[in-house]
Amino acid sequence: MIRSEILKDIAPIIRDHLVVCNIGIPSQELHAIDDQPTNFYMLGTMGLASSIGLGLALAQPKPVIAIDGDGSVLTNLGTLPTIANNVADNFILMIIDNGSYGSTGDQPTYAGKKTRLEKVAEACGCENVVTCRAEDTGKELRRALEGGKMTVLVVKCESGNAKNPVITMDPVVIRDRFMKAVQA
Amino acid sequence: MNIDKKIADDLVANDISFVTTVPCKQLAGVIEEIDARDDIFHIPANKEDEGMGLCAGAFMGGKRPAIIMQNTAIGVTINTLATLIQYYRMPLPMIISYRGELREPVACQVEMAVHTKALLAQLNIPTYHFHWQKDVEELDNILKYTFMCNKPVAILTDANFWGGYGDQ
Repeated sequence: MIRSEILKDIAPIIRDHLVVCNIGIPSQELHAIDDQPTNFYMLGTMGLASSIGLGLALAQPKPVIAIDGDGSVLTNLGTLPTIANNVADNFILMIIDNGSYGSTGDQPTYAGKKTRLEKVAEACGCENVVTCRAEDTGKELRRALEGGKMTVLVVKCESGNAKNPVITMDPVVIRDRFMKAVQA
Repeated sequence: MNIDKKIADDLVANDISFVTTVPCKQLAGVIEEIDARDDIFHIPANKEDEGMGLCAGAFMGGKRPAIIMQNTAIGVTINTLATLIQYYRMPLPMIISYRGELREPVACQVEMAVHTKALLAQLNIPTYHFHWQKDVEELDNILKYTFMCNKPVAILTDANFWGGYGDQ
């Protein structure tokens, strides 16, 4: 399975939750599959989906799912100790680990080579780190949502991108409708 | 006047309840003061752009955020300022220790200081320079301005403002 197939699978689960989605093709895919006001699409700043998601989770009580990538987490590796040491039990960091930088042409990441992000997360102090196959993402995501504990979910999948148009929505509109959904 | 306490008081008075910091010798006192306050959630960041991501999330979650960092962070955060904070039009007070200005003993610090204001000006970020202790009286107005216009705003605090480096 590739990322877009996972997103199609979990769309019914994440539809009613606050989602911060990684820059580039992941946001384009999620936007095309199931655009929702509860989705915050990142149009810039690679690496910060996890940080934005954590800040959001710490600031309010609703569950927050950050859909991130292995390359993105490697860009902001300092995020894992920050997540571990500032426990937000309404936060799920879902790392779709396809071992490649999808938005830039599927160049391999170090996570696709020797580095294991699940072990890095554990070493950083994250207490609930779950690794799963792409096919089991929905099941594990539901379990994490029901568990009510901050969870890092590392989903192993194949590299590859669906072809979708770029998001042309104005960033201030994305932000405004998202904030209204947060407050609703 | 206790500057650290004054800064924390002004943050609280402006309903700023989420503050991210990176370590700094000059800002150590204010970071300690913020950490001690029950009405401010203090989240140390490993890097300033990470801190800005945290602040962006907190803002969308309904909290007023602020970041406390050194001016070298301007070199780290240009992309985050342009494509996250400014692009989505979010307010962010940045209380910045302005190393490399008058009374600076470390020559290397000057290299970023000479670029700091030019970079902030290039980004069209409103910038204030606190040189004397009395300049802190402006902070309350600056914070109100930041949340009125939904912009990042830089408050540069130089060594003179903090009373030098202890040996001066």
